[in-house]
Amino acid sequence: MSSEWPLWEIFIRGQHGLNHRHVGSLHAPDAEMAIRNARDVYTRRNEGVSIWVVRSNDITASSPSEKGPLYDPSNSKVYRHPTFFDIPDEVGHM
Amino acid sequence: MYAQMVKSEGSKSRDEMTPEEIAFQERIDRNEKIEPKEWMPEGYRKTLIRQIGQHAHSEIVGQLPEGNWITRAPTLERKAILLAKVQDEAGHGLYLYCAAETLGVSRDELLEKLHSGNMKYSSIFNYPTLTWADMGAVGWLVDGAAIMNQVPLQRTSYGPYSRAMIRICKEESFHQRQGYDIMMKMCAGTPEQKAMAQDALNRFWYPALMMFGPSDKDSVHSAQSMAWKIKMNTNDELRQKFVDQTVPQAEYLGLTVPDPDLKWNEEKGGYDFSEPDWSEFFAVIAGNGPCNAERLGARVKAWEDGAWFRDGLMAHAAKADERARAARHAAE
Repeated sequence: MSSEWPLWEIFIRGQHGLNHRHVGSLHAPDAEMAIRNARDVYTRRNEGVSIWVVRSNDITASSPSEKGPLYDPSNSKVYRHPTFFDIPDEVGHM
Repeated sequence: MYAQMVKSEGSKSRDEMTPEEIAFQERIDRNEKIEPKEWMPEGYRKTLIRQIGQHAHSEIVGQLPEGNWITRAPTLERKAILLAKVQDEAGHGLYLYCAAETLGVSRDELLEKLHSGNMKYSSIFNYPTLTWADMGAVGWLVDGAAIMNQVPLQRTSYGPYSRAMIRICKEESFHQRQGYDIMMKMCAGTPEQKAMAQDALNRFWYPALMMFGPSDKDSVHSAQSMAWKIKMNTNDELRQKFVDQTVPQAEYLGLTVPDPDLKWNEEKGGYDFSEPDWSEFFAVIAGNGPCNAERLGARVKAWEDGAWFRDGLMAHAAKADERARAARHAAE
């Protein structure tokens, strides 16, 4: 068994009310140390109000090569955007 | 909006509050967001579960009246648009269920309460959609009324609810505009088509007004929810705003709002209008609307018919997990 510390992905909530955002990763032996390290590595300039850490191994990502099949189909569904419909100015904001 | 008559725990005066409750209220007064793992009064948590849960249920049940017309849309384009709209409603339900789950309730518990009638969904979805023009009226009026309520809720005090509302509002404009677009088309069509549009407005006007809930003088749960910023405006304020916005839109279509007492009031800068029939509202909420049994029946059937499929996927995942573990074991 390798004694290298596992990799953790770090998510920071920048301000009250916002989503946590991925800011980077770091190594740590456990979750508690990951939070302490994240605090030192990623919030030295008061960048956040909350930290989440997730083991990198626990993240399953979509494959970049699947970009086409996954996202292209929405290109033909332009009607999902409100600007697809012409609403006359007289009826007000909609 | 989709949340009507959400029962909230009684309002407390400041000297009845514990120091913790005072500190909590002060955070809300400073417009700080409350996040899942932070301390919150039990009443705040319970009221939010009821409200967000009811809101989520409304999104899901709200798919049914519109789903009714997907197979009979007049053109392929209208069909694709309606399908996309109904798909959005499913997405909105999912955002909201997840927000409710951060408060410590499970998805299955919420659905069980919907299916057993212990949690409600908006009264509006207990009305039938009889003609294609109803797809126009629902998008224009029902989504219009929902937007009226959801825009201020983007500023609500509970972080996950606020963020769900922000996502939903971004997508909601499409819904109202596609509805109004249908109405414009119908009103520019044959006299029969225009009559269908008028008929849809006649049937949906008062049920849409009811979506905002009972009049403020009869609305018993507002004060505490407003102090907690999980309700941002009173029912009557929102109803007035909705009428003021919608009447000119009806006029543009050349349709008549079915209210002989509707009149512009220069002094208040808004319309005077008739209240809906509140006895009808309470009957629908109590389960006696035209489609209550049908809507709930469809949800329960979908849940029960899908059980083998949900269980099958879980069994498959468990087996795959088991195989992976065995392979790892063999390699060691």
